[in-house]
Amino acid sequence: MLKLENVSMTVNNSNGFRREIIRDINIDFEPGKLYAITGPNGGGKTTLAKVIMGIYQHSTGNIYLNGEDISELGVTERARRGIAYAFQQPPRFKGLNVSDLIKIASPGVDGMGLRKKIRDVGLCPEDYLDRDMGPGLSGGEAKRIEIAQVLSRDSIISIFDEPEAGVDLWTVQRLIGLIVQKYQDNPQSTAIIITHHENVLPICDEIIVLEEGLIKLRGSSEEIWPLIRDDVQCKMREQCRGEVCYEL
Amino acid sequence: MNFKPVDMQLLDMISNIKSIPAGAINIRRDGEPVIRQSSPNIKIGTNADNNGLLVEIKPGTRDETVHVPVIVTKAGFHDKVYNTFVVGEDADVTIIAGCGIHNDSHSDSGHDGIHEIIVKKGARMKYVEKHYGEGNGQGKRILNPTTNIFLETGAIAEMEMVQIKGVDDTVRTTIAHIGDKASLKIVERLMTHGEQKAVSDVRLYIEGRGGSGQILSRSIGRDNSVQVFKAALVGQNECLGHVECDAIIMHKARIQSIPELIAENAEAVLTHEAAIGKIAGEQLIKLMSLGMTEKDAIDTILEGFLR
Ligand SMILES: Nc1ncnc2c1ncn2[C@@H]1O[C@H](COP(=O)(O)OP(=O)(O)OP(=O)(O)O)[C@@H](O)[C@H]1O
Ligand SMILES: [Mg+2]
Repeated sequence: MLKLENVSMTVNNSNGFRREIIRDINIDFEPGKLYAITGPNGGGKTTLAKVIMGIYQHSTGNIYLNGEDISELGVTERARRGIAYAFQQPPRFKGLNVSDLIKIASPGVDGMGLRKKIRDVGLCPEDYLDRDMGPGLSGGEAKRIEIAQVLSRDSIISIFDEPEAGVDLWTVQRLIGLIVQKYQDNPQSTAIIITHHENVLPICDEIIVLEEGLIKLRGSSEEIWPLIRDDVQCKMREQCRGEVCYEL
Repeated sequence: MNFKPVDMQLLDMISNIKSIPAGAINIRRDGEPVIRQSSPNIKIGTNADNNGLLVEIKPGTRDETVHVPVIVTKAGFHDKVYNTFVVGEDADVTIIAGCGIHNDSHSDSGHDGIHEIIVKKGARMKYVEKHYGEGNGQGKRILNPTTNIFLETGAIAEMEMVQIKGVDDTVRTTIAHIGDKASLKIVERLMTHGEQKAVSDVRLYIEGRGGSGQILSRSIGRDNSVQVFKAALVGQNECLGHVECDAIIMHKARIQSIPELIAENAEAVLTHEAAIGKIAGEQLIKLMSLGMTEKDAIDTILEGFLR
């Protein structure tokens, strides 16, 4: 469905040095599957998502969507061919309201549909449809509306960048439920969730661990989750102990 | 009344009227009143100096609207008028003003509206003024409105002033005097393009105890246009005042934003925020990732910003 072939992306950092932030990525995302991408901060997860969406131009390699080479296509064209991306940090818009954005995401949506899409992400349509997308919205609210936009598009590939970030626990479960319900075993579509969440990782079909721009591990979640679970929890403990040691 | 299509189009642009509404109305075209109609509560007459209107709204008048649009369609015509509005005690009304100019010629045409608005004790008023210009000639379309507004004890007023298209040159001067527990909110929306120039100079004197004043401005400067926005708050009593100017700059435009706070009383609380910047790249990318073209994304962001 979506195939990345030897994809790398290089940036020139402030010192003028070239740095590869994702390196030689080969993945063939299959339809009807739910993928998790995880790994340490700065590992290249968001960069990979932006490369897929066309927001960043990769430096080498090719990207194919259902056999078509989309490497040279811009963001708009890729969106129209069925790629959707829910931003890790959704931008704010002064003057556009929640219903404007949902309508842009799914043109022709009717009033009922609009309300349902808001309600699905746990927000009350009466309170939110006319809310301004400016700085007055809380981080968690903006995040949920971002997710609602991607859920309301009928995309072939939907990427959610840390949907759990800033969202309360109860809502996280609900959002993940929605994503699983919509994409898992749906032969028309694929979802990629970038996540650190221990309730999300095990329920995905595949886990990809990105570290320093490289795929460090990948496989079914049955294989990978046991390997990284300790790592995640260990890191948490290390951090805590580190602090305690420091104090002693 | 012989309204031409161009008249109706201008009227629709500035005051959203497709036909002549019921109620109090005065339509001025090329310096002459073409329609004048009072209502039982709102009397529209000529002022003492015979150079404009005197609009008197009876105390206690509720939920009525008065329309006083001005249109200029004669090439090279420069109109000037002095209008006075008196909103009676405890009234609650909407005033729809505005000016539209159609100029296809090579000579400038324009309108200077000098307004005095008195909002009496406990009254509420909403004032909406739209500016619009059209036509293909080299002649400029010029609008220079001056508004002096007085808010008596407990009066509440909101003024919305919009100029989106077609006015080449404008200098807007607004001076307000805010009394005890009175409150004024001024909202300006401005877009300039081409070689246009727009200056807005707003001064609020918050004189009364417990008074409040707010100036909110959103503007977009495109092409080679120039905008100057001066907003001053003078706090002379225990009061609240806030200025907010937010501008998007594009192309080779120039935008100057000058907020000024003057406190003459230790209990005055005055604040301001001002920001000028281009459209955020993230916003464009976000809308494009929902399938919009870059051009549509820009239009959507700008339209939303001025809404
Ligand atoms: N446009 C850019 N220019 C230069 N460096 C960049 C750019 N975008 C990302 N980077 C760098 O690339 C690395 C990967 O960033 P990325 O945002 O992809 O990480 P991530 O895995 O999503 O991290 P997190 O878990 O914190 O969201 C980081 O070191 C980051 O500083
Ligand atoms: Mg990230």
